[in-house]
Amino acid sequence: MIQLFNVSKTYEGEVKVEALRDINLHIKRGEFVFLVGPSGAGKSTLTRLMIREELPSKGQILVDNRSLLRMKEREVPYFRRKIGFIFQDFRLLMERTVYENVAFAMEAIEAPSSVVRERVPAVLELVGLKDKLTAYPHQLSGGQQQRVCIARAIVNNPLLIIADEPTGNLDPDTSWEIMNLLLAINKRGTTIVTATHDKEMVDRIKRRVIALQNGRIVRDEERGGYQA
Amino acid sequence: MRLSSLQYAVRDAFRSLKRNKVMSMASMATVAISLLILGCAWLLVLNTQYLATTMESELEINAYLQLDVPRDKALAMKKQLESLTGVAQVTFVPKEEGLKLLEERFGKDTDLLKALGGNNPLPDMYRLKTKEAPQVPLVAEEVAKIQEIEKVRYGQGMVEKLLALTNWLRSVGVVVIIAVGLAAVFLIATTIRLTVFARRREIGIMKLVGATNWYIRWPFFLEGMFIGLTGALIAVGTLHFFYSELVKNIALTINFLPIMTDKAMLYEVYQYLFIIGTALGAMGSAISLHRFLKV
Repeated sequence: MIQLFNVSKTYEGEVKVEALRDINLHIKRGEFVFLVGPSGAGKSTLTRLMIREELPSKGQILVDNRSLLRMKEREVPYFRRKIGFIFQDFRLLMERTVYENVAFAMEAIEAPSSVVRERVPAVLELVGLKDKLTAYPHQLSGGQQQRVCIARAIVNNPLLIIADEPTGNLDPDTSWEIMNLLLAINKRGTTIVTATHDKEMVDRIKRRVIALQNGRIVRDEERGGYQA
Repeated sequence: MRLSSLQYAVRDAFRSLKRNKVMSMASMATVAISLLILGCAWLLVLNTQYLATTMESELEINAYLQLDVPRDKALAMKKQLESLTGVAQVTFVPKEEGLKLLEERFGKDTDLLKALGGNNPLPDMYRLKTKEAPQVPLVAEEVAKIQEIEKVRYGQGMVEKLLALTNWLRSVGVVVIIAVGLAAVFLIATTIRLTVFARRREIGIMKLVGATNWYIRWPFFLEGMFIGLTGALIAVGTLHFFYSELVKNIALTINFLPIMTDKAMLYEVYQYLFIIGTALGAMGSAISLHRFLKV
């Protein structure tokens, strides 16, 4: 699903920052992967490279067997449609209802309105928000907002979900609910990559853990814990 | 583009218009004002041209013969005059008729001939019309060269002045229109920029979920075009109202002043105003999108 070959990313500027150094990585279809490491270790840079928000300074990246380096600018939108995003800060549109927030993602990829009307309520039911369709984000709890975000991420049936600290702003119980939801989605075959600081969660779920430090992979374990 | 996507774009465009109500209305007003100025200038130019053509068609050359040219020789000159290039019509006005015309001008009861002691001092005259107005001075010059011709007269300078005025109006108009048009484009660009800023979160998410650039751009273009179109509508409405009133009033008071009332020509002007308004809107959007929406 995701392959990185000798990938380095250097930010040029007054101070040169080597965010990633010589990363080699292979994530298979259907995997559930945690990216862990201290702040500034390169987790966010790695996820940004995977969705082609940025290009690497060196190396090759393949996602779904396509080279992101050789991808043309106008092909990027179509590539992104295969990926769902979940953020720590949710990034919901505050002046739109729950329904509109999710429908928005389908409209953006030009889905016919009949399909939108059918699919959005179904997905919101799946994440447990079927009675919140007309609510606005500020009327919801943090956990509920994150569920909206997840609904938005999966509504277009992505092959891959990239989550950046999805439980970073949530209390432990709510975090656990959200993580269970992600695991359920993973069971349906969607590859999930989650960057996180949530030690307890990682230790409890026992999935593949990739640990980054100073831009390098320092550990890559199947069924790993937060620390070695 | 799918029909439903167009639907989304229209919905989003109107949502933005509502959100930036004041700016949107200011932009519409600017477009309306610039198009109104354009329309006025345009109608003015059309009318000056119309006036020029009307006057030109009435323009003729009076060629006075020497007093001692015998009548048969005078009549024979008609062929010679007709053979000049550019001449459309040649009419002989004998001095008797010239005197009659003069008497008419002074009043019916005057007997000029008697007053002048039975002696008609007027020369015979030829009245010439040219095929086209600019030929008038050239033909006049040719006619003046003929030996038997004493003097040549025509509305020297009138046509030239009128045509010069038309040209001057046109160039001033163009400058004013470009200036006001730029102001309109700038204001629309500012409005669209506000919209872009108001929607930058939305745009960011759109990009992430895989919206194409054109899908993102469309609502902004529609918004700009709608502003332009509404401005044009206001301008055309105002222009039509006042021009109709003007035509009515001129017909009532100074009816000898020719005024352009050709419906087809008016509608053509209106049609162009609509097109220009929409284009101004699209242009304003394009500038803002290019500068502030890196998609």
